[in-house]
Amino acid sequence: MKTMSGGKTLFEKVWNNHVVRQQADDLPAVLYIDLHLVHEVTSPQAFTELRQRGLKVRRPEQTLGTMDHSTPTTPRGLDGIIPVVDSQAAAQLDVMRKNCADFGIPLYDLGTRNQGIVHVIGPEQGLTQPGMTIVCGDSHTSTHGAFGALAFGIGTSEVAHVLASQTLLQYKPRTMAIRVDGHLREGVTAKDIILAIIAKIGVGGGTGYVLEYMGEAIRSLSMEGRMTICNMSIEGGARAGMIAPDDTTFDYIAGRPSAPKGEAWDRAAAEWRQLPSDTDAVFDAEVTLTAEELAPMITYGTNPGMGMAITSRVPDPDHLRDVSQKLALDKALRYMDLQPGQPLLGKKIDVVFVGSCTNSRISDLREAARFIEGRRVADGVRMMVVPGSQQVKRQAESEGLDRIFKEAGAEWREAGCSMCIAMNGDQLQPGQYAVSTSNRNFEGRQGKGGRTFLASPLTAVAAAVNGAVTDPRTMVNQRGRA
Amino acid sequence: MEPIRQFAGRIVALPINDIDTDQIIPARYLKVTDKAGLGAALFSDWRYSADGSAKPDFVLNQPEHQGASVLIGGHNFGCGSSREHAPWALIGGGFKAVISTYFADIFRSNSLKNGLLPIIVDEQTHQQLISMAQEDALTEVTIDLESQTVRLPDGRAVQFPIDGFSKHCLLNGVDQLGYLLSLDAETARYEASHAARVNTFA
Ligand code: SF4
Repeated sequence: MKTMSGGKTLFEKVWNNHVVRQQADDLPAVLYIDLHLVHEVTSPQAFTELRQRGLKVRRPEQTLGTMDHSTPTTPRGLDGIIPVVDSQAAAQLDVMRKNCADFGIPLYDLGTRNQGIVHVIGPEQGLTQPGMTIVCGDSHTSTHGAFGALAFGIGTSEVAHVLASQTLLQYKPRTMAIRVDGHLREGVTAKDIILAIIAKIGVGGGTGYVLEYMGEAIRSLSMEGRMTICNMSIEGGARAGMIAPDDTTFDYIAGRPSAPKGEAWDRAAAEWRQLPSDTDAVFDAEVTLTAEELAPMITYGTNPGMGMAITSRVPDPDHLRDVSQKLALDKALRYMDLQPGQPLLGKKIDVVFVGSCTNSRISDLREAARFIEGRRVADGVRMMVVPGSQQVKRQAESEGLDRIFKEAGAEWREAGCSMCIAMNGDQLQPGQYAVSTSNRNFEGRQGKGGRTFLASPLTAVAAAVNGAVTDPRTMVNQRGRA
Repeated sequence: MEPIRQFAGRIVALPINDIDTDQIIPARYLKVTDKAGLGAALFSDWRYSADGSAKPDFVLNQPEHQGASVLIGGHNFGCGSSREHAPWALIGGGFKAVISTYFADIFRSNSLKNGLLPIIVDEQTHQQLISMAQEDALTEVTIDLESQTVRLPDGRAVQFPIDGFSKHCLLNGVDQLGYLLSLDAETARYEASHAARVNTFA
């Protein structure tokens, strides 16, 4: 109740603007959804439900389909078409085409100009804007919160709800402020910030909360960096993470295909400037980190909360007091085949994956390319670079980044989720170790029996070049560049 | 959806913290367009060896636990991916309820929409249930939605929280989409006073 009288948080402002019906006693609030993104894996059963009930999509023009999860990222044939060899995936893609056609929803079909990972294309098109409500049948929808939107993942039943009614039933979550003060040191990136936050609050620490990231270190990040942070809010258990919009946000949106133009832009920008949390707004919880204290992070276990500074040693389950945590760590280390007290620096790796909705945007690829230029992927290491969208791919190619990666010995692929979720044939073999810029190191996530170390693009490149886990800062110093 | 009031079922414990939905059903089983038939993929990577044979030491493979319908999971059950295939797979595997100390938000919401009860209990009860399941595979609990209680074999009834709306829907077999559609006029009023922010056709 404290927030009724005092200032409002960014979250509360966006929430209040979208209430169709107030939360009351035993009834959840009904929230209006401005933008609904749809992909091939979590939507088929929702469309089936609409068909069974004879329902239409209420707002096709506020809905957008793409293909990303089960799509191949292998090179195009001579005909320019990306071949889909997995018949089950091909059938699922066909169902997606039919659903979008039957219900009149625009679709970014496989291999077309704007296709890509759902959380890359929204911002890229300028569809993701401050103050909006955005949902998708995908937990990393939290990414769009980087623009000051309230964006969260929903299940397939809810996909049907939004398709048919453009609304969603929600109980108001609590708010948590996560403040990152100060400035990042060289070689430390947005990915390291979020891995450090999750290591601190734990994979369940954000359950029931919407996070708002703030502080100097967040303010000085690019939009891509902010998206990396908000993307992984769900790995801390929070459905949504938000960052107040500012000039960095506006500069990113301006001129994009779906951005407001002319007078509409001025009106929108004026409205967006009202969104940041009021100075007297109260949060239900607060967490603070200091940027200067952060090092490149890496995970050692089987959930994103099991992360540490890259120079640290693998923790010892025997040092944990909580029995269930001890068991969890023990199980994780057995799966990862790591010993308590072991350093990860120097640990041999087999695969490096640069991609996913966490780190596959143009700035991620630029950073990785700049770091690998003039170096080579170590013998016996497979490095895959998978752009987040066709647009990112074209941009990267126009800048010659693809050549840099290929000359270094990396694979340059078509756009999609790829080895982040390993549904499309891009996967680890049992027992292999990967350094991955994606967001989940769950058992088998990147292929049955595969073992994932989550890290930043810089740390991923450092590992690729040395064939082992390496602190990118040691290379930054050697070569004298960031 | 079938109304749910009360049911009794045998419990089986999988006391692992942070069981993510990738474990409940790995991503390679998501290339389907149906909800049915996912029970076979439930906990697939924990349950089967590379050659497809059932791992005898995995609790759900043990003969004495066949037919259990209440799963006791570790803390923070259902984290990670939003895939509703997770509750579909659990239901396909014969489960009607999962008991934990807390659940990941999206999993909880997905479960409630499919008639799989996510039941939150205190740590002590949780520990007690795990011990009981491990000691005697025939241990049964009775879950009563109306009174929001789990009745343990010793007769103790433990309360669990559930939001009133989900409870109403589950008790009466009402689905939530029907409710949202009934608010059509209110939604239309909202739309009339709030211009659409984007147009995906533009
Ligand atoms: S890249 Fe990975 S996390 Fe992101 S949407 Fe695709 S599968 Fe999900």
